[in-house]
Amino acid sequence: MKLVSVENLSVRYGGNTILQRVDLDIEKGEIVTIVGPNGSGKTSLLKAIIGAVEPAKGCVTLKPGLKIGYVPQRLNFNPTLPITVERFMRLTAKADTRSCIAALETAGVPKVLKEQMSGLSGGQFQRVLLAGALLGRPEILLLDEATQGLDQPGSAAFYRQIEAVRRETGCAIMMISHDLHVVMSASDRVICLNGHVCCAGTPAVVASAPEYKALFGDGTDGALALYRHDHDHNHDHNHDHNLKTHETAE
Amino acid sequence: MLDDFMMRAALAGIGVALAAAPLGCFVVWRRMAYFGDATAHAAILGIALSLAMEISIFAGALSVSLLMAWTVTQLSARGYAIDTLLGVLAHSTLAVGLVVVSFLSGIRIDLMAYLFGDILAVSHADLAIIWGGAALVIALISWRWSPLLITTLNEELAHASGLNPNREKLILTLSLGITVAVAIKVVGVLLIAAMLIIPTAAARNLARTPEAMAVMGAVIGIISAVAGLKAAYVFDTPAGPSIVCVASTFFAIFTTIGSVWRKPS
Repeated sequence: MKLVSVENLSVRYGGNTILQRVDLDIEKGEIVTIVGPNGSGKTSLLKAIIGAVEPAKGCVTLKPGLKIGYVPQRLNFNPTLPITVERFMRLTAKADTRSCIAALETAGVPKVLKEQMSGLSGGQFQRVLLAGALLGRPEILLLDEATQGLDQPGSAAFYRQIEAVRRETGCAIMMISHDLHVVMSASDRVICLNGHVCCAGTPAVVASAPEYKALFGDGTDGALALYRHDHDHNHDHNHDHNLKTHETAE
Repeated sequence: MLDDFMMRAALAGIGVALAAAPLGCFVVWRRMAYFGDATAHAAILGIALSLAMEISIFAGALSVSLLMAWTVTQLSARGYAIDTLLGVLAHSTLAVGLVVVSFLSGIRIDLMAYLFGDILAVSHADLAIIWGGAALVIALISWRWSPLLITTLNEELAHASGLNPNREKLILTLSLGITVAVAIKVVGVLLIAAMLIIPTAAARNLARTPEAMAVMGAVIGIISAVAGLKAAYVFDTPAGPSIVCVASTFFAIFTTIGSVWRKPS
């Protein structure tokens, strides 16, 4: 059963074409990851799915009555806004305290219900956003670079949580990520985007595709190695992209 | 009771404080302080035009404030640098307004009354407008409270929850225009933003929920209005600025308490 069906989608901002001729289906219960360089239209695709941007061409069809859980990249959160975790969660979903606690448990942060949002660590914060999205019992979760600001072990732990959520609730997951190395291990399907769909398939297929290598360079061998290994540790390759910052941090 | 000018002044101040608190929360949360300032400064142009055209000052101020708020919202959505834009628009409208006033040779105008308010001269009709406007603003914001909060936190989250963030922002724009128009008489165009920001910013130090911040902001605003009026009466100081001085004192005290409070944890 298709939850989301994107057909021949084009998106324009001003005079610029951000996305063109994108076709994409998301089935019940699968984990789909969108990867692509900056400006490749990943976020625009997500925005088109939730109806935040109008397609210039093509269409987005959602299963009637589809319940979407959206995990934003970050909140436009500033310390002048006092709000507890519970109040935040109940903003977007009608729920009682018990369901809030249950959702927090599923998201891996069972004890923060009465905390102020501004007092949470980066990892806790993202998990609370996840819990907030889970509270509405979604059939599909959409995550927009949900691990920005987390270090690599933190991201890996977050994505394992996502896999656990899928196991427990059976909801489909579509996520956007920069963390190629970490995210791909959890995915059923990877879609590599650069204004259009460059290549798509299982993580192994995409990682060895020439289009993917052209976009992300030769470091992809390392990505695949990492994908096959436990993602909590790191290898000493010579990557030509963002893994470097992590290696120096160690 | 309403025949006493001090009583009318106090009621006018309380009305403005009540409307300013919930709106002020969003001004603070959405970092719209200069936006409020610019909208208020634009009101002087509205006053000048309504004097020239001999229409109601409230209507003139309201329409120019709304036009200003709407223009800024539209332009900022198109990616103009917002602080430059606000600086240009706020000061241009203020300057044009002052120039227009100077052309109105037939009428003698007390410009100070519009710049700094003239709360002691509040009439019965003014009071009706202030309380009517305040009630409308409070009704609008309470009605859309949760959607406004979600939109403030993240616009995509609002979309995903089936809301239209632009419609919610329109509510804020509308409320801001109304608040500016009703607050001119009380604190004047130069200090309206102070009534929006200072009481709620003071309340931030005590509040743990968004609603508490709005309620405490209203209480601080009301106390400031009443105490400021009293002080203006006793010390023979201008009323509007005195109200803002009391609110600033609250801010200083609560911020100090707040920072000492939080240090051990």
